[in-house]
Parts: sequence; C-alpha cells; structure tokens
Amino acid sequence: MDKMPRWADVVLIPLISLMLAFIASGLVVLAIGENPIQAITVMVKGALGSTSGLGYTLYYATNYMFTGLAVAVAFHARMFNIGGEGQAAIAGVGATLVILAFDWPHWALALPFAIMGAALFGGFWAAVPAYLQAKRGSHIVITTIMFNFIAAAVMGFLLNGVLKNPNTQNAETVKFPAGAHLPTAHEMLAPLGINFSKSAPLNISFLLALLCAFLVWFLLWRTRLGYSIRAFGQSEKGAKYAGISAFKIIMISMFISGALAGMLSINVVMGEQERLIKEFVEGAGFVGIAVALMGRNHPVGIILASILFGMLTQGGFELLWEMPNISKEVVLVIQGMIILFTGALDYMVRGPVEKLFLRMHKGA
Amino acid sequence: MDTANFFLQALLTADMTIRVSVVLIFACLAGLFSERAGIFDIGLEGKMLISAFFTAAVSYQTGYIWYGVAAGIAASLVFALIHGVASITFRGNQLISGVAINFLASGLTVVIGHAWFKKGGLTPPLSDAERFHEITLPFADTLRDVPILGPIYADVISGHKLLVYVAMLIVPLTWWLLYRTRFGLRLRAVGENPASVDTAGVSVVRYRYAAVLIAGVLCGLGGAYLSTSQGAAFGKEMTAGRGFIALAALIFAKWRPWYALMACLLFGFLEAISNLFPNINVFGLFEIPVQFTQALPYILTVVILAGFVGKAIPPRAGGEPYVKER
Repeated sequence: MDKMPRWADVVLIPLISLMLAFIASGLVVLAIGENPIQAITVMVKGALGSTSGLGYTLYYATNYMFTGLAVAVAFHARMFNIGGEGQAAIAGVGATLVILAFDWPHWALALPFAIMGAALFGGFWAAVPAYLQAKRGSHIVITTIMFNFIAAAVMGFLLNGVLKNPNTQNAETVKFPAGAHLPTAHEMLAPLGINFSKSAPLNISFLLALLCAFLVWFLLWRTRLGYSIRAFGQSEKGAKYAGISAFKIIMISMFISGALAGMLSINVVMGEQERLIKEFVEGAGFVGIAVALMGRNHPVGIILASILFGMLTQGGFELLWEMPNISKEVVLVIQGMIILFTGALDYMVRGPVEKLFLRMHKGA
Repeated sequence: MDTANFFLQALLTADMTIRVSVVLIFACLAGLFSERAGIFDIGLEGKMLISAFFTAAVSYQTGYIWYGVAAGIAASLVFALIHGVASITFRGNQLISGVAINFLASGLTVVIGHAWFKKGGLTPPLSDAERFHEITLPFADTLRDVPILGPIYADVISGHKLLVYVAMLIVPLTWWLLYRTRFGLRLRAVGENPASVDTAGVSVVRYRYAAVLIAGVLCGLGGAYLSTSQGAAFGKEMTAGRGFIALAALIFAKWRPWYALMACLLFGFLEAISNLFPNINVFGLFEIPVQFTQALPYILTVVILAGFVGKAIPPRAGGEPYVKER
C-alpha cells in the first residue's frame, strides 16, 4: 500500500489546511497591531456564548449548508457552479411570487409551495448555463459568473418596478402575509420549556437544511442517478461508455445544484426578512465554495464546515463591539485563506503528508 | 434634440466612455496574458482591488503619487505570485485560487484600511499631489475652434490622465509582444500545447510565471487608475465587478489584443450610457431600463460564448496544470 489511510485524507489534511489558514489570518491581525488569540476568543464567545449568538450562528450556517451542498452536487459531476449567488437571488423571486399569490392560512401549507417556487426558479437559473455547457460547450464557470450579474440586474429591475412596495422608498416588496410566517427557534422551543433568544433569526429552515443534507447523501451514494453523477464526474469518457448521457447528468446535477442554492431564500426571505429585498444573498453563494471545499464535498463535512463558517460570520459581528480596531471583514480574510489552503494549495499540504505516511509505512 | 446639443452629448459620452474603459483595458489585457499562457484568472477583480487600496493609501501617506503606484503594483504582484504558486507550482485549481484571491482582497483592503485610517475601510480623500492630473495634449486649446474635429480633439482625445494614454499604448505593445516576438510566440504556445514547448527545451513553468506576473503589473495599473484617476480615494469594493466585465470583454474579444480594446470600449460605452442616460426612451414607444444596459455586457458575453454569434474558442491548454512527463 502506498496511499495514506482514509482518515488522514478526510480528517488530518483538512485540519492542517484549516490551521494554516488560521495562522495566516492571525498574522494579518498581528500586522494591524491586535492580538489574534484575543480576537478568536471574542469570536467564539460571540458565536456560541448565548442563545442569541448561537441562533445567529446556526442561521448563517443554514445558508452555508444550502450553498455548500449546491456547490458539492455540481462538483460531483465535475461542474464548478460559481453561480450560487445569482441562483439564490432568483429563487427568492420564485418564493416571493408564491407567497404573495395567496393569503396563506398556515405556514405548513405555504412552505412546501414556497420551496417549490424557489427550487424551480433557482434550478432554472442554473439550468440555462448547464444547457449552454452541455449543448454549446460554453464554459460553465464563466456563464454562471455572468448569470450572477444578470441576476443582480433582474433583481434591481423587478424590485424597482413591478414587485416594488409602492409605500416605501426602498427597493423591496410588501411584507409577506402573516400566514406565511415560519416558526422561529424561539417559538419552536418555548413549548419544550427552553427559553431560546427571541431576537435570533434561526428558524425551521435549519431543519430543512439538515434534511437536504441527508437527501443529497442519499441521492449521491444510494441511488442509480447519484452513481451516474459520480461516475460522470470521475470520468466523462468512462461514463459515456457505460451509456450515461452527459447532457442528462449535466442538466440534472446543475438543476439540483441551483435548487439547493435557492433554498437559501427560504431561510432568509421567508424565514427572516419576510419580504424580498435586493441584496439578501450577501455573498453566501461564494462562501458555499469554501464550505464545499472544507467539507470535502460530503454532506457530513458540509454540515460541520457550515457551522464553522456560521461561527465566523456571527463572531465577526461581535468583534465590532469588543475590538473596534478589527473590522468584521476579517472574516473574509479567514474565508479566503481557507479557500486558498484547502482548495488551491491542497497539493502543498497533501504532498508532504503523503510522503510522511509512505516513510512510516516503509519503516514499519 | 437639435444637432448642436446632440453633438455635445455625443462628445460627453465619448469622453466618459474612454474614462471608464481604461480600467477594463488594463484588466482585460492582464487576463489576456494570463489566459494565453494557459492560466485562468478570475482573480483580476481582487488584484485590482488590492492595488487600488495600496495606491491610495501609500499615496496619501507619502504625499507622492508614484510611491502609491509602486505600492499598488507590488501588492497586485504579491497576489499574482500567490496565484502562480498555487496554480503553477502546486498545480492547484486555478479557478479556486482566483476565488480565494477575490475573498482575500475584499477582506484585506477593509481590515487594513480600517486599522490604518479609522474610516471604516475608506482612505482619506487624496489631495492634488496625490493624484494623477489631466494632460492637455499640444494645441488642444488652439484647435478647439476648428469645427467638429477641434472639440473632438480637445475634449475627447486630450485632457485625460496619464494612465489613460498608458493604457492606449499598452494595447499595441501587447499585440507586438504576442505576435512579433519570440517571447510572445512561446507564451502563446505554452497556452495551446505546453508539451510541445517543453519538448523544444523551453520552460513551461517560467513562461507561465512570466504571464501571471505581467497580469499582476497590469492589474496593479488598473487598480491605481481606479483610486487615483477615476476616483480620488479608495472605497470599499470599488472595483464593483469590473474585473469580471474585463473577463467578459476578453471572451468577447476572443483573446486578441485589438479586439480586446474594442470590447472594452464597447462595454465602457454601455457603462457611460447607463451613467449619463439612466432610462432611455426609444422614440416615445418604450423605455429601456437602466438595468438592461448594465446587464448587456454579460448578456452579450453569454451569447458569444454559446457560439450563436461567432465562436469563442479559448486557448486549448487553459486551466490545466502542466505535468512534465518523466
């Protein structure tokens, strides 16, 4: 055996990369004359120290689970979907149209239809680049980037036009009907006697995200379609020999990817804002790339990575109060470092670790 | 609208088109060098952003514009080097490396700027000595009275900042370097068929690094232009997607320098139009919303990329790390 054990690949290498990323970010904090240990303590305390902090952490984690799963499903078909940002935005329009169409009597009725609306719109926004890739050979990365910008323009057009609430100056829709209000963590946990923060935006979408993670796992590793997607991702030629249609795999995997990214709008638009605003995605689509990389494209890894990234985001806001010299954008630096070390510089970490295991193996 | 007024508006639009195209030209040519050598670069945006910040910050701190420009280019080069190490030496995914660079630039500019100037990530406004000045070309004022051509020369061609003319000169220089020198031939070959270049005894790694670093310098100039010529300070996320528009222009130009200039001017024209005339009324029949004009560069690029109007074929070895055969 000349390969390293599986645990090293799945646990050790991501941990080393993560540590390198944190060390590099720590150096940045040091360079601006602040104490990185103190900063990370403030962030962790802010993210986990209260039910309010925890509620925000898991709320952000919900977003990252959706976009991380979206990137991962596409990755398994060897498609780099960088368009989660735009897909989530357009999905928000889909969810909004459904929610505003009726005076929903109960959220349990509104939710499945809103999910369908979001999934259809988000999936469609990913399916167009997928079609162009499959049929016309346009590079999916470039097309999805372009679609992010086109989505931003569409949002601007709709929210300043037909969807705009005529009673405000802002580019936003009217408030959703009360019947479409999703239960928050506070409301769900109160009957159990747990007093969860009322201000935290955590809502039932968190459970939806966990369900999606399970469904993605089931799809990819327990169904024929999932097997085809992974086979196609491993070897396009091999898959073709096995009679798998490239067109079908690209279309389906990208549609699912876009639909998953679209679920973010259930959490943010339906669960928190309760109206559609212009820039509600706030970069979560791009964070999904980091989450998928960190989580090794596996649902379990993605759940863990999402919680880590949720902690970072929430902890970043906390810095504002405790260490005003460090701006919350330090989170972007940490995220960038994580993407750099776990993604682009993977080989730099992997090479030496592999060699080490090889030497240990020979020595034994 | 009468003719004289129309002419005045046209001059204004042309002048603004040039002003806003310059950033795109620098970034687009940066992408051209990189991608022609087989290295995808979606980190153009991040490199320009970090340069825009350091140019403004150092220029403000030292009171001397050229120190600023040098710092901006140096910062952009550091990012280019990271991209090179990740995608050439460690054969990492070039797209992911680009995403990382964009994240780092968005974060670092604000974190450093916030700690440095205490203005929430902005730099203080730059004074005259810390910016580039408008250059009046010879005879611009005397020729202004010549009908039609006079105002075009005086108001559109003359009166720009130094970096505008630098950008216009770099286009033919790029063409000459790529198509008329040995360096350029090899650089293009590295992006098309690295194995054959390697067989000929030329180092693929060295040419790819050269291309990535040239891209770093050009992005550095683009960023410097943004914060000291087009603007007069650094603002958070001031590149505002221009690195991606440049990428779109590169595809639109099918990876060729002169076409790149044309594509950047076209996209710059669309930006100028959306700034000057937000909602265009077409003969009183319907209105073109400003968002459509803003999205047009991206829509055009998708159409071109899909091959509905001419086919854009990228360099063949683009995005693939080169592994030397043993």
